[in-house]
Amino acid sequence: MNSENAILKPEAESAVAAERIRGGQCYRPNVDILEEDDELLVLADVPGAKADSIYVKFEDGTLEIHAAVEPRQNDGQEYLLREYGLGDYYRSFQVSEAIDAGKISANYADGVLTLRLPKAESLKPRKIAVETA
Amino acid sequence: MVLGYRYGNPFRQLRDEMDRLLTGYLPLADGLAPQFFRNQPAVNLWQREDALVVEMEVPGVKSDQVDVSVAGGELSIRINRPETAEEGVTYHRRERSVGSFGRMLRLPVEVDPDRVEAEIRDGVLTVTLPKAESAKPRKITVTGT
Repeated sequence: MNSENAILKPEAESAVAAERIRGGQCYRPNVDILEEDDELLVLADVPGAKADSIYVKFEDGTLEIHAAVEPRQNDGQEYLLREYGLGDYYRSFQVSEAIDAGKISANYADGVLTLRLPKAESLKPRKIAVETA
Repeated sequence: MVLGYRYGNPFRQLRDEMDRLLTGYLPLADGLAPQFFRNQPAVNLWQREDALVVEMEVPGVKSDQVDVSVAGGELSIRINRPETAEEGVTYHRRERSVGSFGRMLRLPVEVDPDRVEAEIRDGVLTVTLPKAESAKPRKITVTGT
């Protein structure tokens, strides 16, 4: 549990972000965050989003993901079963690890956004050879 | 109301009982929720004049990991999203569901099982189930003199 917050802490939805998102529901996407030796990998489920309507921002150690989702049914659609709603996705994280922001890459496929955040050079683990006398 | 004081108002008693039950069960329900959703993915179901449409969010699922079948007036959707754990990786957060999950739906109208179509786009599965001829609405001409 302690590693949960060591590197990434969820941030309360900020007023600025809420303002940027147009009216309607906004959902918090499920994410996996993995740490490898040289990078952090963020996988976010944003089903229904299109690649060109996903915005990723990294600034001052804060990673923000916003995926706009267009309605798939008409406004007045009546449902026989309605177990989930449609809307944009938004989530932000505080990244305390030093990241090489210029090298962050994002890829979107099958409703999953994959972000790669390379660690800054100085933080990569180095193997130190121990010599014997 | 003397009896009311002694034995309590039955409605109030019932409410208290409900509260007690809910309070007792909520933490449990909370703990079970992720598991529940993992195994019972949410669906939206609506109808058009000629078809029923079922939609399910299945991010990261490829078309060969979905099995859709219709039999006996029930639609079954089975999904298998394999675990993609890598070696030497630390998970800081793990919220995305993996494994097998599925959903069975009793269809409210008769459909033609041979013409059912399913497609996945941007992580959203849409199953279109054309209604059987007998279930389609028919316009009845009203005759008069």
